[in-house]
Amino acid sequence: MPFNLLVLACLLYVAFLFAVAFVVENRAARGRLGWLRSPVVYTLSLSIYCTAWTFYGAVGYAARSGLEFLTIYFGPTLVFIGWWVLLRKLVRIGRQHHVTSIADLISSRYGKSNTLGVIVTVIMVVAATPYIALQLQSVVLAFGVFATAAPDSSRPLDSAQIAVWVAVGLAAFTILFGTRNLDAREQHHGIVTAIAVEAVVKLVALLAVGSFVVWGLAGGVGDVIARIDAADLAAWQVQPGRWTGLIFLSAAAVICLPRMFQVMVVENEDEGHLARASWAFPLYLLAMSLFIVPIAVVGLERMPEGANPDMFVLTLPLAEGQGALAMLAFLGGFSSATSMVIVESVALATMISNHMMIPLWLRLRPGAAAADDLRQVVLMARRLAIAAVLALGYGYYQVSGGSGALAAIGLIAFLGVAQVLPAMIGGIFWRGATRTGAILGLVTGLVVWAYTSFLPSFGPGAVLSARVFAEGAFGLAWLRPLGLFGTEAMDPMIHALFWSMALNALAFCLGSLLTFPGPVERLQGAAFVNVFEGAVGPQRWARGQVEPEALLAMAQRILGEEAAQALFQTAARAQGKDGFLPDPTPPFLDSLESRLSGSVGAATAHAMISQLVGRATVTVEDLMAVASESAQILEYSARLQARESELTRTAGALREANEKLTQLSLQKDAFLSQISHELRTPMTSIRAFSEILTEGDLPSATVARYGRIIHDEAKRLTRLLDDLLDLSVLENGAVQLTLGLASLQGMIDTALTAARATRPDREFLVIRDLPTEAIYLRTDADRLAQVFINLISNARKYCDAARPELRIAVRQRAGRVTVDFIDNGKGIPKDARRVIFEKFARLSDANRAGGAGLGLAICREIMANLGGSVAYLPGQGGAAFRVTVPLRLEVLAA
Amino acid sequence: MRRPRRPLFLARAPYRRRRLRDAARLLPVLGLFLLLLPLLWTPEARVSLTAGDVVYFFAVWLILIALAAAFAPGLRGGDSGGEDED
Repeated sequence: MPFNLLVLACLLYVAFLFAVAFVVENRAARGRLGWLRSPVVYTLSLSIYCTAWTFYGAVGYAARSGLEFLTIYFGPTLVFIGWWVLLRKLVRIGRQHHVTSIADLISSRYGKSNTLGVIVTVIMVVAATPYIALQLQSVVLAFGVFATAAPDSSRPLDSAQIAVWVAVGLAAFTILFGTRNLDAREQHHGIVTAIAVEAVVKLVALLAVGSFVVWGLAGGVGDVIARIDAADLAAWQVQPGRWTGLIFLSAAAVICLPRMFQVMVVENEDEGHLARASWAFPLYLLAMSLFIVPIAVVGLERMPEGANPDMFVLTLPLAEGQGALAMLAFLGGFSSATSMVIVESVALATMISNHMMIPLWLRLRPGAAAADDLRQVVLMARRLAIAAVLALGYGYYQVSGGSGALAAIGLIAFLGVAQVLPAMIGGIFWRGATRTGAILGLVTGLVVWAYTSFLPSFGPGAVLSARVFAEGAFGLAWLRPLGLFGTEAMDPMIHALFWSMALNALAFCLGSLLTFPGPVERLQGAAFVNVFEGAVGPQRWARGQVEPEALLAMAQRILGEEAAQALFQTAARAQGKDGFLPDPTPPFLDSLESRLSGSVGAATAHAMISQLVGRATVTVEDLMAVASESAQILEYSARLQARESELTRTAGALREANEKLTQLSLQKDAFLSQISHELRTPMTSIRAFSEILTEGDLPSATVARYGRIIHDEAKRLTRLLDDLLDLSVLENGAVQLTLGLASLQGMIDTALTAARATRPDREFLVIRDLPTEAIYLRTDADRLAQVFINLISNARKYCDAARPELRIAVRQRAGRVTVDFIDNGKGIPKDARRVIFEKFARLSDANRAGGAGLGLAICREIMANLGGSVAYLPGQGGAAFRVTVPLRLEVLAA
Repeated sequence: MRRPRRPLFLARAPYRRRRLRDAARLLPVLGLFLLLLPLLWTPEARVSLTAGDVVYFFAVWLILIALAAAFAPGLRGGDSGGEDED
C-alpha cells in the first residue's frame, strides 16, 4: 500500500475530527447539545484509558507475559463496578466544588494550598511525559511498519520528522479546541465528542482485526482455543506479587491519571451518567481485550522470528495482504494515541496554568493585574502549557530514542500518578488528613518513585550511574535503587510500587496525625468528606471592606464582561438591589469564588479575592465563634419555641375564659328576664284581684275566694323569693352549715314523708335496701334532706309511668357515699340533660306545680357546699340522679 | 454538630435500597476475590497458558459487568433522600 495514501488517510481522518469538534463546539455555544450529553458519550470518552499502549502494546504484553495484560483492565473494572464507594463521591465533590483538575482537587481539599497544587502538577507532568512520548513512538512505529512494508519505499519522511509533525498537529488541535474559551466548569464538549468518536474507531478497528484473525486466519473459536492450548506463550507463570500489584496499580491509575480525572470528573455532565458507565465502561474494556490473546497467539505462529509483537495488530493484516484492514488498524492506533495526547495535554495545561503560571504572573505583576484582561493571559498560558507538554513528550522521545517495550513505560507512568492516591483517598474519606501530611506523602512518593522506577528506566549510566545501581546511593548497600532495604528479590516493578506507596502512605499518615490543620483546611476537609450531607456549614468570608466595583473589575477580567455582569446583576437582584453592584456579603463572595475557581482553580481564586477583600483567611477563633454562634442560635430558637408554645397555651386559656364570660353575661340576661317574668305573673294576679276587691260590693264568698287567690299568689311569690335568696346565699358560699352526725336512713325517711305533699294523689312504690342505709354521715342533715326532698318531689311530679316506682340505692366507697334516686319513667332526653341543673330550666310546662325551675339549681349549689355533687345518671331505665356526699365533711374555712 | 436523627427501622422499599447499596459496595470485593483466585492454582504444574484460564477470566469479567448493570438503575434512583452513608 502506498505510503502517501496512508498519510492522506491520516490527514482526512484528522480533518474529520476537526469537523466533529467544530460542529459540537458550535452547538454547545448555542446551548443545543442534546444527545451529545448522553451517558453513551460519557462512557465512550472514558475510553481514553485505552491508549496506543493498549491498542498495540497489549498484544505484545500478552505475547511476552501471557495473561498479565488483563490486570491493566481488571483494576479499572473493579473501580467502576464499585463506583458507589469512590467514584460517586469523587464526581459529587468535583461538581460541587468546581474542580478543574486533580491538582485542583488536592490543593482545594487541603486548604486551597497552591504548594500542593504545584507538587501534584509536577508529579503529573513528570509521569505523563514518558507516556506522551510513548504515544508519539507508537505512531512513528506504525508509520515505520507501513514504510518498510511498502514496495516502492520512497520514504518521504524519516521517523523524527513524523514525530515532529504528529506533535505539532496534536498541539494545534488541542490548542484550537482546548482553549477556545474559559468555561466556568472547564468543560470541552468538542474534544469530548471527538474522543468518543475515536473510541468507536479504535474499538471497531481492534474488533475487525480480531475477527479477521479468528475467523480469517484461524479456523474459528474452537481452533483458536486449541491453538492457545498448544501455543508456547511465555507463561502462565503468574507471579502473585505482580498479579495483585498490577491490579492495584491500574485501579489507582484509573482514578489518578490526569486525563481520566478530566473526562470522568471534570467533563461529567450528570451524575446519572456514572451509573451507566459503571458497567458500560468495563464492558468496553472487555471488548477491547477480547481478541488480544488470539492475535498474540496467531501472530507468534505466523510472524517470523524476532518480529515486534507490539505491532502484530498492524503486521498481521499487512502480511496477509489485507491493506484496507491494516489501514483501519492503523487509524485505530492513531485514534488511541491522539485522543490520549489531546486530553492529557488539556488536563496538564489546566494544572500548569492554574497552579504555576497564573500565580507566578500575579505575583510578578500585582499592580498591572487590574488593567489587563486576565482571560487572555490565562488562555495564553494554557496554549503555552500545551505546547510545552507536547514539546516535553517529543524531547523525551528523542532522548530515550524510542527504547523499551511499550508496557514498561506505561507502568512507570501509572506508578508515578498513583503517588497522588493516598492524599486523594485520605482527603475525601478522612477529615484528619492535613496539608503537611499530604505534602510529605507526595514528596516522599515522588522521590521514591523517581529513584526506584523512573530514573532506572533510562538504564545504568544514563541518569543514575552504574555504581549507584550496584552499590546504592552514597555507597550504602541498602539504598540500591532496585533493592531498597535489601529487597532485591522483588520484581523491580513491584519493588517500586511497594516501597513508593508504603513510604508515601506512611509519611502522609504520620504527617497528618502529628500536625494541626489550618482553619480553611478544616472547612474544606469537612466540606469534602461530608459532601453528601448537604451544604457546608459556615461561610468562608467575613464581610469585607471591598468595593463591589473592584470585584466586578476582577471578575470581568476572568469571566469576561458579559458573564461577569450577568453574575453580578443576578446577585444584586437577589439582594433586592438594582444595577450591577451587589453588596459584598459573605454568600456573594463565596459564590463568586466558586465561580472563579472554575476558571483559574480554587487556590488562585481564593488568593485573588482575598487580595481584594483584604482578609486573607479565617482563623480558628473565627471558626469557633461561628460554631458557638450557631449553637447559640440553636438554643435561642429552642427557647423561642418553648415560649411560643407557652403563649399558645395562654391564648387558649384566655379564649376559653372569654367564652365563659360571654356565656355568663348571656346567662345573666336570661336570668334577669326569667326572674322578672316569674315575679310578674303572681304580681299581676294579685293586683288584678286586689283592684276588684277595692271596688267592694261583692258577695262574701267571692271576696273569700279572691282573698285566697291573693294569698296563694303572695305565698308563691314569697317562696320564689326565698328560693332566690337561698340560691344567692349558696352561690356566694356564704351559707351557714350546721354540721352534725345524722343517719342517712333518717334523712331519707324525712324526705319521703315531706315529699308526699307533692301530688299526694299518686301512689308511689318506693324500693329501698334498708341495711345499706345504716350509715351515719357527718354533714348538714337539713340541707341534705332538702336535696333529697327535691329529687323525690321531682320524681313524683314528672315520672310518667302508669305504676310509678322509685328505687333508692345507697353505696359507700372510699369515704364517699352515693345515693341514687331512680324512677321508672321515660327519663330525661339526652340533649336536655345538660340544662336541667341551670336556673329556671323546666323541661315542659305540663306539670307546673309551683316552683320556678330553681330546684335542681339549688340542689347543685347545696351539694357543692357539702363537698359533694349531684348528677344525672344515664342508662338506668328512667330518670336517675346520683348524689355523692363525703362520709365526713371536714369543716371548710367557716 | 449533631446528625439529624434517623429512623431505627425502615419500610420494605428503603430497606431493599440500603441492601442494594451494600451489595454495590461488596461487588468489587467479590470481583477481587474471583480475580485473585487463580493465584492458588498450582503454578508449578502448568508452565503454559491454557484456554481454560482465558475463558475463566472473561467469564468472571462478564458476570461482574452483568451484576453492575443490574445494580446500576436501583442505585441511581433513590439517591436524593439526603444522607445515605449507612
